[in-house]
Amino acid sequence: MSETSAGRSGFPPAYLDRVGSSFTDFLAATSPDLLPSRRPVPQLPVGELAPHGTTIVAVTYDGGVLMGGDRRATMGNLISSRDIEKVYPADAWSVIGIAGAAGIAIEMVRLYQVELEHYEKIEGLTLSLDGKANRLAQMIRGNLGAALQGLAVVPLFAGFDLDAAPGTSPGRIFSYDVTGGNYEERGYASVGSGSLFARNSLKKTWRPGLGGDAATRSLVEALYDAADDDSATGGPDPVRRLYPIVYRVDAEGAVRLADDEVAAVASGITDERAAADGQG
Amino acid sequence: MTMPYYASPEQVMRDRSEYARKGISRGRSVAVVTYADGVLFIAENPSSTLHKVGELYDRIGFAAVGRYSEFESLRVAGVRLADVRGYSYNRRDVTGRVIANAYAQTLGEIFTQQTKPFEVELCVAEVGETPESDQLYRLTFDGSVVDEPDFIVMGGQADAVSANLREHFLPGMGLAEALRVGVQALSAVSPATAGNGGPGLLSGELLEVAVLDRRRPKRAFRRITGAALRTLLDRSDEGGTVAAEEPHTAAHAPSVPQPGTPAGLGDPDVPDTAGGTGEATAPDAG
Repeated sequence: MSETSAGRSGFPPAYLDRVGSSFTDFLAATSPDLLPSRRPVPQLPVGELAPHGTTIVAVTYDGGVLMGGDRRATMGNLISSRDIEKVYPADAWSVIGIAGAAGIAIEMVRLYQVELEHYEKIEGLTLSLDGKANRLAQMIRGNLGAALQGLAVVPLFAGFDLDAAPGTSPGRIFSYDVTGGNYEERGYASVGSGSLFARNSLKKTWRPGLGGDAATRSLVEALYDAADDDSATGGPDPVRRLYPIVYRVDAEGAVRLADDEVAAVASGITDERAAADGQG
Repeated sequence: MTMPYYASPEQVMRDRSEYARKGISRGRSVAVVTYADGVLFIAENPSSTLHKVGELYDRIGFAAVGRYSEFESLRVAGVRLADVRGYSYNRRDVTGRVIANAYAQTLGEIFTQQTKPFEVELCVAEVGETPESDQLYRLTFDGSVVDEPDFIVMGGQADAVSANLREHFLPGMGLAEALRVGVQALSAVSPATAGNGGPGLLSGELLEVAVLDRRRPKRAFRRITGAALRTLLDRSDEGGTVAAEEPHTAAHAPSVPQPGTPAGLGDPDVPDTAGGTGEATAPDAG
C-alpha cells in the first residue's frame, strides 16, 4: 500500500520556520481571523445581547487550590443558561474560571488551553505558573476594545506551582481586570457579579492552612451566599440536580470533583441553613 | 566560456536518493512497535533533551531519524498543523492521515526542487479505539508514504533490526513484552552493546521510550523515563511476566512531577488527570 500523495499541498513556509513556541503568535502570523482579539470591535454597546457568566470563587488549602463556579448565565434580566460550565482545566496543573461575556470567554479559554499545550509540545517543558498567568493577561489586554462595548471577560486563574519554594503555599491564585492587570491573590479570590457576597462569606469561613474538605465546604458556602443575594448567580438546584462545578488542583494535577461529592457538601449547607433560619 | 555538464534526471534523482540514504543509515535506529494498548516508540538516543520521538496531538505521535535540525522543524510543523486544525474544527478532526499527507507533500517538494534533500525518515503513528484501528505511516525522504502494520524500523541498520523484530514480534503483546522484543532487536545491531561476549541489552540511559496508550483519556502520549523505565525494563528481563509484588521503585515516583515536567511523564498506568476524569491517586511515599 504505497502511494505518493497528490492533490493537497504540503506545509506553507510559515509552518517550517523554527521561530516561536506560542500558538497565539503563530495564528496571528498565519490565520489572524481565528483570534478573538483581531476582530473589529462593535461600534455600539452589545452587552445586553450576549449571555454573561457570573460568580467564580477560588481558595487555597494545605494541599493546593480549589476553584468553583455556579451554573448560571444571564442575558439582561433573563437566565440564558442554568447549566453552563465556567471553570475549565487550563492544563494538567492549572484551572481557569471565567466571568463576563460567555461567548468570548469560552473562546478565550479554548485558545488558552491550546496555547499552553502547544508550548508544552514544542518546548518539551511546561511554562512556569507565573508565565502562564502572564500569558493570560496578554489575552485579556487584547479584549479591551470589546470590553468597553459591554463584552468584558474577567477570568480567575489558579494553579499548583511546581517550583514553589519550601514553606510557601504551592496553590496560587491570580485575578485580572479588564485592562489585563494581573494580581496575585492571597488565600482566596472571587470574580463576577456575586463576588462581593462570596468574598464576604470567605472572609468568615476561610483560614490559612485549611484541609481539603473544609476548604471545599468554605468554597461551596461562598457560592451559596453569592446566590442568596445576587440574582445573576445560581444556587444549588436539587430539582435538576445541578451543583456548582468545583476543580481541585494538587500535586497530582487538576481534577473535577464528582457531582455527588459537591451535592453532598451543598445539601449539608442548605440543611444547616434551614435548621438555623427556617424556624420562622 | 564553460558549458555546464549535462546530467540526466534519472542520474540526479539517483544521486539525491543515494545521498539521503547514506545520511539516514549513519544514525541510530528507531523502532515503532504496536502492542495491546497502543503504540510503543523505542529510540536508541543517549541524549535526554534532543528527542527523536514526540507528541503531535491527542492520539498521534511522531518518530524520526536522520538530521536533527531537519526533522525537528518537520515535527514543529506537524504540531502546528494539528493544533490549528483542532482549534478551528474540533479535536476529533485531527487525524494521522492529514499530517502524514502534509509531510509527504513537503518532503516530496523538497526532494525534487532543492539541491539537497532532507536526510530524514519519519513515522506518524495514531492509536484508535481498538488495536485494529491503529495506524503507522512511514514517510521517506522522497515523500512516499507507506501504511505499515505491526511495526516500523527506521534509520541505522534498519533491515537487520527489522528482520530481528519480524522473528519475535507477536500481535497483542503487553507493554513489557513489546519493550523487551524491541530493545532486543535494537541491541542486536547497536555498536553500543557490541562488547565482550556477544551483544548485551541497551540500558535505560541509552534509550528514549514513549507510548501512545489508548486507555488514557485525551492525550495518549506519554514518555517513560527514569525510574518508570528502569522498572519496566527489569520487568521485561523476567521474560515479560509481571511480578505480583512491584519493586519499591515503582511507587508512582514520576507521578509527582519534577519542576517543569510536562504532563504525561512516567508510568503509563498512572492516570493523567489533566482531562479531569477519574480520581487522583493518593501520593505514594517513595
